[in-house]
Amino acid sequence: MEILLLRPPSPFTESKDNMATTYEKIATTTLGSAASTITLSSIPATYTDLRIVLANAFTSYALDTVKIRFNGDTATNYSATQLMGDGATASSSVQSSVSSGLLGRAGYQSTRPAMITADVFSYAGSTYKTYLSDSAADQNGSGEVLRHVGLWRSTAAITSVTLMNVTFEAGAIVTIYGILKA
Amino acid sequence: MPILGITASSILKVTGSYESIATATGTGSSGTITFSSIPTTYTSLQIRCTSQLSSTSNYAILRPNNDSSTANYTFHSMYGDGSTVTADGYITGLSGALSVYGTDSGQNSDTTGVGIVDIIDYASTTKYKTFRSITGYDDNGSGLIFLISSLWKDTTAISSLTIVAQGGNFTTKTTFALYGIKG
Repeated sequence: MEILLLRPPSPFTESKDNMATTYEKIATTTLGSAASTITLSSIPATYTDLRIVLANAFTSYALDTVKIRFNGDTATNYSATQLMGDGATASSSVQSSVSSGLLGRAGYQSTRPAMITADVFSYAGSTYKTYLSDSAADQNGSGEVLRHVGLWRSTAAITSVTLMNVTFEAGAIVTIYGILKA
Repeated sequence: MPILGITASSILKVTGSYESIATATGTGSSGTITFSSIPTTYTSLQIRCTSQLSSTSNYAILRPNNDSSTANYTFHSMYGDGSTVTADGYITGLSGALSVYGTDSGQNSDTTGVGIVDIIDYASTTKYKTFRSITGYDDNGSGLIFLISSLWKDTTAISSLTIVAQGGNFTTKTTFALYGIKG
């Protein structure tokens, strides 16, 4: 599923001074049917950071890992360091030179949805892109809480974001915000 | 040492519940960045940053009101390095609140650390101040992800924040942005 942001839909995007506000919603959508990917495209370079919120995220088959790609890049330019607690054990792991970045975990069935947020720093800058993500996926007796720091080894400005690797069931809500510094 | 007062950089921003107060960028020749003249008109402060240092000692501390007394700071943290999880804590030792991890420009000049620091009720004159930080870096095979709680044992309202690198200088790829959040 692709969501095109040809025009920022928020009525608050532009002030009377044509200045973007400091923290504003760029776009939001609720899935009407299941989708294997969710793409936010045509992201303007107006802001300093991006914040992505995935709410009501669940699959119909199991707790599963949600991954992220930027600008549709399928090369092995991604890596991440993970901190996780599963109710019994705390662990840390790392992935390097993979074709998508770790983001979090989707819950299992609509009664146990998960929430994932990601902050993408200096997304339009000229350095490699680093993000922080967190994931809350409690499954009523089991579950996971995760934190990631991830890297996309590209100096290109991010213009699209794809959430992937699971089948997102209907009802998942994705919102992307822009944060602007002084 | 860049010192940014709020009037220098915030006058063009549209106001709301989440406002940009000021932004500072590393110069490459200083390990200190200061936000001064912070107004008491917000409920909370938030710092968002990209951080790169010219040293393998790649972390920075925050000094409210430039207080460098080690007796006034404590912290607890939990972090993962890709293989091990560690819980840590000190009741003395740092001369500021442990806050942000960056990368070492000597290892990879294209990567930066990142961090988000929240300071709740920073203008209180009756309570000590708690800092919550989520920070880390990844460098394709190595990395750190940190959760940090720090305490400044002082009831004075925070009117300035000094960010002090614990080794080397902040490179020009470092940016600290200070925001105010209204309650």
